[in-house]
Amino acid sequence: MLGRIAQNFSGEGARLPFGHDVALQLLPAVGMLCGMPDALSIIVVEADRERAFMIVDGLREAGDFDIYVIADPSGLARQIQLRDPDVVLIDIENPSRDVLEELALASGPQERPVAMFVDRSAEGLSSAAVEAGVSAYVVDGLQPARLKPVLDAAIARFRLFQRMRTELAETKRALEERKVIDRAKGMIMKARGIGEDEAYALLRKAAMDQNKRVAEVAQALVTAAGLLS
Amino acid sequence: MTTTPVAAGFLPLTDAAPLIVAQEMGFAAEERLALDLRKAASWSALRDMLAFGQVDAAQMLAPLPLAAALGLGGAGSRFAVLSVLSVNGTVIGVSRRLAAALASGGYDFAFDDAVAAGRALFAAEAGMIRIGVPFPFSMHSELLNYWLQGLGGDAVQRVSIRTVPPPLMAQAMRSGEIDAFCVGEPWGSLAVERGDGVLLLPGTAIWSFAPEKVLAVRSGWAERERALGGRLIRALWRAGRWLAEPSSRGLAAEILSARRYLDLPAEIIERALTGRITVTPQGLQRQVSRFVEFHDGAAGFPWRSQAQWIALQMARCNGLDPRVAFERAEGVFRSDLYRAAMRGTGAQLPAASLKLEGAVDGEMAVAGESQSLRLLPNRFFDGRVFDPLAAL
Repeated sequence: MLGRIAQNFSGEGARLPFGHDVALQLLPAVGMLCGMPDALSIIVVEADRERAFMIVDGLREAGDFDIYVIADPSGLARQIQLRDPDVVLIDIENPSRDVLEELALASGPQERPVAMFVDRSAEGLSSAAVEAGVSAYVVDGLQPARLKPVLDAAIARFRLFQRMRTELAETKRALEERKVIDRAKGMIMKARGIGEDEAYALLRKAAMDQNKRVAEVAQALVTAAGLLS
Repeated sequence: MTTTPVAAGFLPLTDAAPLIVAQEMGFAAEERLALDLRKAASWSALRDMLAFGQVDAAQMLAPLPLAAALGLGGAGSRFAVLSVLSVNGTVIGVSRRLAAALASGGYDFAFDDAVAAGRALFAAEAGMIRIGVPFPFSMHSELLNYWLQGLGGDAVQRVSIRTVPPPLMAQAMRSGEIDAFCVGEPWGSLAVERGDGVLLLPGTAIWSFAPEKVLAVRSGWAERERALGGRLIRALWRAGRWLAEPSSRGLAAEILSARRYLDLPAEIIERALTGRITVTPQGLQRQVSRFVEFHDGAAGFPWRSQAQWIALQMARCNGLDPRVAFERAEGVFRSDLYRAAMRGTGAQLPAASLKLEGAVDGEMAVAGESQSLRLLPNRFFDGRVFDPLAAL
């Protein structure tokens, strides 16, 4: 039986922040994977496509699973009930997680009971997952031994992603600060008729005198200039 | 003098104010505490952060620690409630389509009569009404259930309640996934501001003194860290007292609007704090008395009767044994720890830890530990009284 990695990036979830079709183009590559007939089916709830692929890759390395990505949170409960997965993975930062709580409770006679994994797995694994920022919901009775590789892989990818997110934010901030400093330098150069190095030295001195960061002083200057012009 | 850091979790809501104000206005520092405030994206995430020790204290929906005690949701974690952070503060809103139907039926959007609003709502909509709430175990869903049951007729059968995260509530209404919502501020006002909804009732119209958010800790932590818990209780009590002063509201709204907290305009946050609520996108305003209460009427006291009312409601809705629910609820709201922490501060403490819920019309003086205590109006919309000693 062929393992399936399906996704709804371009299907039902049409209202997505990204418009084109890279997901579909990548499908043949991931779709070739052979799965065992009883491969665990996993749903990953993730709107960010890059991140979804990272997680899917990580899971593929860990074993043969049927993986389905849900990108659009609307009708999440219905989508999950329809797919009837063994495991649902969701970012702890995703507000839609509370929708899954509802599913975890709805265990009528027709429904497969779903529980948050912490009920069934080793304490260490659960807190590692919470720390890494991933939450998992599993159907009742799933063996912890089958769940462990899934969670290990998810935790590793979520950690990696957390690091990348921090780095990205830092880089962005640094870039923005540099832009502001450049503008402030330009203003000083023009107003005083001095060179770039001198202008920067002035900024740095003002920052040291006021016990502030150069970027803060530059921002104040740019703001003030904007108000005066 | 050493300061003890305490990691505390909150959700971006107006009633996270006591935790945020305690830190920002120095009430935590007065107790030699430094609150490390962590914003969570969902109630289940915050519950897990608390359960696994990423935070030691958390703002929580009043029913959530009780649900955990009843084995509903979560992972078998046990929590203790040290104090009530806020009373009231929710709104019920309807879609523009439903509001138009209500208006053409002659409804006046008085925003104070739960019976009239309920009758008008079911007269305006012939089919099912889908109502969004933030979490299965929340005062939003308990108030809704109580209201629908009290309305009688087929109100309960004509409603389907589903979970929608507050930040997505306005969007869900716009895309037609829900017809109405019950949500905490500022998310109701935000839906009005974006033109997606019209507010129908404040939560106070259903129960005028409903415990809304509580300060929760792990139950083991509550026992082990009694002194530290006491300092937290006192810091939050002082923050609540400051918040209750009308002169504090503007500044409180400014503080809450900061990016690391709610990241929303102060003007929208201030509506709940002043009780001056804009109910329609056209700007119709209504003044609500005690829209949200942080201090007066012993608002911070965790009454065991409040816990029992909630537990019984949840037991009924989830098919649990009411007797078991009643017993388990009793120990979750730690009025004993609250008393121990507040004795000697000059705060008024009630003599009893149980009271009749829904039995105060105006304001009422009751016996206190040292002096008498003033209770605020406490009424259910249907006039029923909950007597914890005769509830089973």
